[in-house]
Amino acid sequence: MYQFNYHRPSTLDEATSLMAGAEDGVYLSGGMTLIPTLKQRLASPSDVIDLGAIPGLTGVTLNDGTVSVGGMTRHGEVAASDAIPALADLASRIGDAHVRNRGTIGGSIANSDPAADYPAAVVALGATVHTANRSIAGGDYFTGLFETALHDGEIVTSVDFCVPDAAAYEKFPNPASRYAVVGVMVARCGDCVCVGVTGAGACAFRATALEEALATDFSPGAVDGVGVDHSEFNSDIHASAEFRGHLVGVLTKRAVARIG
Amino acid sequence: MEITLTVNGAARTVDVADNALLVDVLRESLGLTGTHVGCDTSQCGACVVHMNGDAVKSCTVLAGQADGADVTTIEGIGDPDALHPMQEAFRDNHALQCGFCTPGMIMSAIDLVQKGGGSLDETAVRDGLEGNLCRCTGYHNIVKAVLAAQSSM
Repeated sequence: MYQFNYHRPSTLDEATSLMAGAEDGVYLSGGMTLIPTLKQRLASPSDVIDLGAIPGLTGVTLNDGTVSVGGMTRHGEVAASDAIPALADLASRIGDAHVRNRGTIGGSIANSDPAADYPAAVVALGATVHTANRSIAGGDYFTGLFETALHDGEIVTSVDFCVPDAAAYEKFPNPASRYAVVGVMVARCGDCVCVGVTGAGACAFRATALEEALATDFSPGAVDGVGVDHSEFNSDIHASAEFRGHLVGVLTKRAVARIG
Repeated sequence: MEITLTVNGAARTVDVADNALLVDVLRESLGLTGTHVGCDTSQCGACVVHMNGDAVKSCTVLAGQADGADVTTIEGIGDPDALHPMQEAFRDNHALQCGFCTPGMIMSAIDLVQKGGGSLDETAVRDGLEGNLCRCTGYHNIVKAVLAAQSSM
């Protein structure tokens, strides 16, 4: 690792002040992505600002049909929560047990890794991403490869999810890293169907053609006739864009079948 | 900078570099070399310790993040005359060959059993140890040992 200055602020204001004063600062949440990145010297920040000592940023609470997850809530805590079983199931399949004991939802969605799991839930479960000063609709939050609507120095304080009537997350994991080659969250709420896809494109998105087909006929068979445009999908050593397009359909069918 | 943490029940104050890792503090500052560095890329689990009651990979925790934490290493769970039940189970089931992964395996397995409520089956143990690699391919006996320890812990 390159040398950096480590800071451990105890308030959000202190954290943002440190970031504003840093030459090239970065926030540290759980560190499950950032620390390996630093070790590989893929990043060389001047200052690492640890959010781990700021109180009030953890916990999963259910209030009037909305589940609020604090930005520093560990994946393991979400996995053990019961308000949205599909969200807990998604969290239980991130990385391994040790990653789930350290990694946080805020860190995950601030990074916007195209293969992370949580982004599928953010776009499919009517999420709202909260920062100290504003709220961002889940559908507007991811803007590109490792890009989000967050401003420089802005910190995710919590993420709200709407409790759906039913939902299921299906994922084709990379066998080594457990990142999603493709992951699909299908959620049904009244007559509405949301299909959130991660792993396939530059960032998470909703597959609207699949949603329209499933809104008419909520059955695995309804997916068959819908073509998934893979022209902009990721292609790498793990999967071609065409294969990822195929997986979107397969995983959507599996999720619909699980919901029943 | 200076950090203070509790390691195996004793308060320790250590002067560390800003970019120091918890595993380096344990091994080099405190001489607790039972915690191993295998891959140094958060994959192999040889460096697993308990931090505030959770199994974590100490190669992927900055020393500063452990300031104020309660850390337990392999040295803190038993001694040669009074092994931890998980250590006994590993010995009884021949759950190690070269032994390099064993400290991390045992620390992960203890956390797994403590949180498993006595209901772990073979699949749950294999899933729970996903973050620990054994290059001697000794998983079969490791799983047997963890299931045995579930009864004795």
